[in-house]
Amino acid sequence: MEIKKSKKIFKQEVIVFLVVIALLLFFCLMSPDFRKYTTILTIMDYSYYIVLMSIGVTFPLITGGVDLSIGTGLICYSLAGGYLVVHAGWPTGLGMLVSILFGVAIGTLNGVLIGVMDLPPFLATLCTCMITRGLGSICAKNFGVSWPTAGTPGSWFRSIFKITVNGTKLPLGFVWVLMLVLIMNFVLKHTKMGRYTIAIGSNKEAAILSGINVKFYHIMAYVISGFFAALASIAYSAVFATVQPGTGAGFELEAIGGAIVGGVSATGGAGSIVGSLIGVFVICLLKTGLPFIGLQANWQQIVTGLVLIGAVMVDIIKRKREKK
Amino acid sequence: MGEVILEMKEIDKTFPGVHALDHVNFEVRKGEVHALMGENGAGKSTLMKVLTGIYTKDSGSIIYEGKDIEFHGAREAQDAGVVIVHQELNMVGHLTVAQNIFIGREFKKGIKIDDKKMNEEAKKLFDRLNIDIDPTATMSDLTVGKQQMCEIAKAISHEAKVIIFDEPSAALTESEIEDLFKIIRDLREQQMAIVYISHRMDEIKVITDRVTVMRDGCYVGTLITDECTKDDIINMMVGRVIYEEPKTKSMVAPDAPVVLKVEHLNAGKMVQDVSFELRKGEILGFSGLMGAGRTETARAIFGADPKESGDIYVNGEKVVINSPQDAVKHGIGYLSEDRKRFGIVVQKSVAENTTMADLPNYIKGIFINKKKEREVAQKFVDSLNTKTPGVDQLVVNLSGGNQQKVVIAKWLCKNCDILIFDEPTRGIDVGAKNEIYKLMNKLAAEGKSIIMISSEMTEILRMSDRVVVMCEGRKTGEIAIEEATQENIMNMATREIG
Repeated sequence: MEIKKSKKIFKQEVIVFLVVIALLLFFCLMSPDFRKYTTILTIMDYSYYIVLMSIGVTFPLITGGVDLSIGTGLICYSLAGGYLVVHAGWPTGLGMLVSILFGVAIGTLNGVLIGVMDLPPFLATLCTCMITRGLGSICAKNFGVSWPTAGTPGSWFRSIFKITVNGTKLPLGFVWVLMLVLIMNFVLKHTKMGRYTIAIGSNKEAAILSGINVKFYHIMAYVISGFFAALASIAYSAVFATVQPGTGAGFELEAIGGAIVGGVSATGGAGSIVGSLIGVFVICLLKTGLPFIGLQANWQQIVTGLVLIGAVMVDIIKRKREKK
Repeated sequence: MGEVILEMKEIDKTFPGVHALDHVNFEVRKGEVHALMGENGAGKSTLMKVLTGIYTKDSGSIIYEGKDIEFHGAREAQDAGVVIVHQELNMVGHLTVAQNIFIGREFKKGIKIDDKKMNEEAKKLFDRLNIDIDPTATMSDLTVGKQQMCEIAKAISHEAKVIIFDEPSAALTESEIEDLFKIIRDLREQQMAIVYISHRMDEIKVITDRVTVMRDGCYVGTLITDECTKDDIINMMVGRVIYEEPKTKSMVAPDAPVVLKVEHLNAGKMVQDVSFELRKGEILGFSGLMGAGRTETARAIFGADPKESGDIYVNGEKVVINSPQDAVKHGIGYLSEDRKRFGIVVQKSVAENTTMADLPNYIKGIFINKKKEREVAQKFVDSLNTKTPGVDQLVVNLSGGNQQKVVIAKWLCKNCDILIFDEPTRGIDVGAKNEIYKLMNKLAAEGKSIIMISSEMTEILRMSDRVVVMCEGRKTGEIAIEEATQENIMNMATREIG
């Protein structure tokens, strides 16, 4: 029976993976410009922060909740850390640490609001979404922040993600992202943290009655989400020249959308990090690929929205079938 | 029966406004199955929650294995060997059987959870209980009965000495109950002390050694099961006499017209070629085991699930029912077995729930006519004898039986003449059950026609004028009440279909 079940999940990931390949082929066929090495670099650049957010947000999603604060949070953490580096002369590493601690703090706040004070996740994180948006602007005094650009002192962190070897740019970031995906996949599948996250999403009452410290693990799901939003903020800072206050809203939807396309159940209890990774690539491919065939930003959003509706419907149909 | 392992003395507990437990005494011995009975709200659950430390007692003492103890939470009680198998199964559907059994105390290899070892240990447990369940199966794929076995295995794996079963049979089929009893007897052999909470009188007689009865938070008495009759227990529970006699003859006039006719109804695997007739003023019992397709049939007739084929006639006319709206239009009302999910809006008042299905008739301009709504609601509260402080009371504050009456009022308000009752007394205590029965009889006498789906044999025999039996999605029999017996109904309900 278990073989059957794991096959099912396996299938979902494989199907989404095939969709990624199909999209790649489609764009390659349709647009000669797409068939360039730089396109891969662009896709990768766009994917890092979304994948990182997606890894993190998979945990709240599996508990049956959601974290809407990761998008504006990402910008906020980047602005806070970047401001200290650029305007206060802090070393880059310290600035990054500030970003990460900030993310963990907001994640903890979300976790306490939801896990301890029982606020609905949607509301709680919508509020912290607004808070981080405001905080980010305050931290940066309403100006955009440019982390040290390539070639200047303190810009070493940019080569974590893209390294130039013999004149060729390599998307090194993918290696790190993939590693984190595998680590978190292990955490979700084979550690207490992951198992209790699933238990909370599947049947919270049962988890409580089994003597699990549900509050702690519920908080931790959001802490992980906040932590990965902060990692995403570093990826974002490294990839893009300037971070603008007031932006970031909507990033979370790409991450959450990716996770759901990748098989995370919209009602909690099921999902995998590898699935989320592949799902994000569907979103990223649409985002980078559609302009090549002449569909501009507005259309990308519409297409992405439709893909998400499709993914959620697959989830619903799947659950109805399982019931029968 | 061995020595007393657990004794609760003079337990007292007051909640704001309610004296929930009034100096209650209770004891259980090793190797004994001890029934704890009482109507809903009698204090059984509260007593067990005090025992396992979910509630703190105001006074009294708990003596466990000769020591005065007080648990602080289910986990502490569990570790000491006092375990509850809950009525609502506490299983994590997305995890495997073994992962569920050992949840909260996983075996580990470093930071990795050792699933292999957990599977082996679970297998050992099942072997000990003589149960055949694959530890690696996903929990949500198992039947309710199997899930319960897992819950029991989980309890035993805690080195339990006292196991409390809270209405364990509520969702089980007859054969699953048999398996459950076999396990309980085994556990008794192994000198475990078992507390068995149930509403089902038949089971109490079969499985328990002693019965302790509670009423309104008070201890009423303890009897030895073999030395008392069902009526003795019921009298102690309700303080009044209740008749559980089967109906001897149909109350339907021989020339009563057919109000609902269903022909060759097909809807998925659970409804295959079902045909039957319902007559005016009749209570038509639908009997069968869990999963026989009775609820599915009702839902298909009501338009809640899609039909593949089949014809439905209301008052002789062929009708098309594709949605619940269509059904209501033709005067068919459906009272779901799961009231809280499908029947009522618990956070709304009695009045609002009563008029919910018929709201267009209570609109004046763009406003709801509150006065008319309250009047009509009051009328039904009076005629159905609903116990509520007033029509503005929120339904969530009513007892199960009274909630059921609000649902009935809702459909009567909509002028439904055909009512489908799906497990009308599930989760309702004995006294209130009786009232629902009386009410159904009254409705039938007034000319309403009732389809009653019930898994309780006594209920079927007591209420029906005629019985339709289903098994595995097919109608396997139809029998007049005069000829119906437990045996022949059960025979049809378990018949093999070629």
